[in-house]
Amino acid sequence: MSTPQAPIARQMGALAAALRRNAWTLGLFGILGVLLVFTKIIQPTYGVTGIQGLAISVLPLTLAAVAQACAVIARGIDLSVGSMMALTSVVAASGMDGRSEGAAIVVVIGVLLLGCVLGAINGSLIVLTRVPDIVVTLAMLFVWAGCALLVLKTPGGGAADWLRDLTKGSVLSDWTPKAAVLLLAVVGVIWIPIRRSRLGLSLYAIGSDPLAAYRSGVSVTRTKIFAYMLAGLFSALGGLSLTASTGIGAPVPGPYLLLSVAAVVLGGVSLAGGRGGILGPMVAVVILSLIRTDMTFLNVDTNLATVTQGLILVGVVMIGSLIQLRRGT
Amino acid sequence: MTSPSTEYLLEATEVSKRYGAVVALESASLRVRPGEAHALMGANGAGKSTLVKVLTGAVRPEEGTITVRGKARTVHSPAEARRGGLVSVYQEPALIPDLDISSNLRLTQTPIDPFRDWMAKLGIEGLDLAEMARNLPLATLRIIDLARALAIEPDVLMLDEMTAALPANLTERVLQVVKDRRGGEDSIIFISHRMTEIASVCDRATVLREGETVGVVDVTADSADQIVELMLGEVAADVLEGTARTAPTSQELDEPPRLEVRGLGSSARLRDVTFDLRAGEVLGLVALEGQGQDELFDILAGSERPSAGKVLVDGQEVSFRHPADAIRAGVVFVAADRADALLMQRSVRENIALPFSVRMSRWGRIQTKQEKPKIDKAIETLQIETRAQKEVRLLSGGNQQKVTIARWVAGGVQTMLCFDPTRGIDIRTKAQIYPLLRDLAEAGAAVLFYTSELSEIQLACDRAIVIFGGEVVAEIDARDADEATLLRAAHNLRSDAPLPEQVVGSADVEEAKADHSGEANDL
Repeated sequence: MSTPQAPIARQMGALAAALRRNAWTLGLFGILGVLLVFTKIIQPTYGVTGIQGLAISVLPLTLAAVAQACAVIARGIDLSVGSMMALTSVVAASGMDGRSEGAAIVVVIGVLLLGCVLGAINGSLIVLTRVPDIVVTLAMLFVWAGCALLVLKTPGGGAADWLRDLTKGSVLSDWTPKAAVLLLAVVGVIWIPIRRSRLGLSLYAIGSDPLAAYRSGVSVTRTKIFAYMLAGLFSALGGLSLTASTGIGAPVPGPYLLLSVAAVVLGGVSLAGGRGGILGPMVAVVILSLIRTDMTFLNVDTNLATVTQGLILVGVVMIGSLIQLRRGT
Repeated sequence: MTSPSTEYLLEATEVSKRYGAVVALESASLRVRPGEAHALMGANGAGKSTLVKVLTGAVRPEEGTITVRGKARTVHSPAEARRGGLVSVYQEPALIPDLDISSNLRLTQTPIDPFRDWMAKLGIEGLDLAEMARNLPLATLRIIDLARALAIEPDVLMLDEMTAALPANLTERVLQVVKDRRGGEDSIIFISHRMTEIASVCDRATVLREGETVGVVDVTADSADQIVELMLGEVAADVLEGTARTAPTSQELDEPPRLEVRGLGSSARLRDVTFDLRAGEVLGLVALEGQGQDELFDILAGSERPSAGKVLVDGQEVSFRHPADAIRAGVVFVAADRADALLMQRSVRENIALPFSVRMSRWGRIQTKQEKPKIDKAIETLQIETRAQKEVRLLSGGNQQKVTIARWVAGGVQTMLCFDPTRGIDIRTKAQIYPLLRDLAEAGAAVLFYTSELSEIQLACDRAIVIFGGEVVAEIDARDADEATLLRAAHNLRSDAPLPEQVVGSADVEEAKADHSGEANDL
């Protein structure tokens, strides 16, 4: 009888569907693999230290990209990601400065809550004023950046030792840097339960078709505020990672905003909302960073490297879209 | 004492709603008994959709009360209405395109097994729940939306133009489900422009006009006239008048047809379509959903290229690479979805002027002086309601559709392709569109008219072709093209075969309609 074969066939079908759905992310992993091999070829000494350095250096931007992805999936965009990182970073650094190791735990929790509050303010303003997301978050970019300078005029403050140790070195084996494990753990702990809940579905729903979502009984306003709250939370984590890796807080935000948007696009998240995930943008950050590293190894002029980075971004997205178009998905 | 059957399940009393100076609802009332299918009728702009929005909590009324089972209710959102047992199925499915079907069900907390049962009852089996909503055809999505609503056993189910553009076989299934639910505990509010459907499934009808409830009618086989009269008020006499065709216009056989389609094919759907469209005729096109008609129109309008066959315009072979090529060759397209064709935030005038101002002076400034008379004439011909001159999106659906037609009329029509132009439009506007198509044909234009509403063929066309499985399977003279004949042909059945699951009661209404138009012809 053919009955035992039917479930297997269905499982194969489901597997194929899952592969198809995550094709973009799988493609990114492919590119990453090729890049790593390429790096090893042009720089034979690239190894454990290189990987560890890479993990630490991509930490803040990866969190920024995740923050941005949360907003973009819900058909928004958060231009204040970089400013929120700066603000949370200086609050953390000045809060921990001269305090005990134990008090630092309170500060870290406080900073994470602060991130949620900042994001919730962004989201609420968008929902209440009905001003477009891009305008509100642009305005808040300046507000949060100003607040960061009010907290600390110049880079300073301190960080608890345990926090600094969190990102240094490796666990289990030399090839698994602590920073990378921590990143995956933190993002996983926050994102996976959300993705599986009705709230996560709502996030995709309002990004995909707000009217249909509303009619399906989703509260579009509440979900939007939640999306920005998540963006704020991940920005705060990014800010903390900055303080952890440098030991101080810097009031002027790094180039995280535009790079986070670039990573989101390269990571397969549709700027029109509703499509894509979190893993894609994270891998995209590593790819962008590795390209930069390779350029340095190849002694390419930094300005030329920036141009190349941009061209690669456009090229990858274009080719990827073409492939998707051809397959009719 | 009132017996339970006369008590109302849902009662909306004296509801009014204004948008600025515009009164959308003025003392509208709706009383629905348990176990009845209740039709909500009214021309476009009569306030139907506002009343639906009030009932589902999407809009808050200024005045009026809503009671469910005798208890006053204020509903603030569709989510709340859902919890209160009031569920709507809209013309555009409320499914999230980027989520698969099982996620969509999870989003609305719909139990899977009853959903599957309803899907089977509605005639769609073996649906893969892991399929993304965006990959499914519209008709399937509508059925999914309905099954999803039925699966949570709502007290009141609201169907808003549910059957618009559904293929005939699925429409029958839907109507059957509505019928089967009558007489139970729960009620259905049924909104449709199709009188035959109302007559076949509804017990009573509430008619709205200009935001007011103007009558509640017990639906019988011949209440169509009464409903139409109520809907239209004093203008009722003009409607459906003179639209039925007499003899087809004589065809000039020595001239080449305006449009010759030869063996056209593309993808799996459109296989081998051949027909002629002559100047001076309105050619009807009938097909069940997904028989290749979408592809055919896309090719003729220049949006897609065929994989086989050829198209000749005035005897010359053409190959359109872009809609602009088609427009240049005088082949223009009127889509069912107004939103696809109009610049919603621009004015009526700009929208009408767009295609031909682009043509008249490709470079340099737009010659508004030359434009104006043409546009004025088009607006007048089509009787477009221009009070909302500013932005097209403020017009009713019917008026928007008239704008999409007006833009081609203003430029001078040679060949017009209409894809279900009356979808979701009120009967008054429809009754203006049919004679307009006739007038265009009489003035020498060739019109191809696809419709999902079979009764329109006799109202507007000279002859009709039927497409099934990507091929033309029948050509029928309009005089013989009654709904039964067309439905048989659309299913590719022989003309004497029994109708598949025929809708009971529709024949009576057809008769009523025929009588009505007969009178008009005598005048």
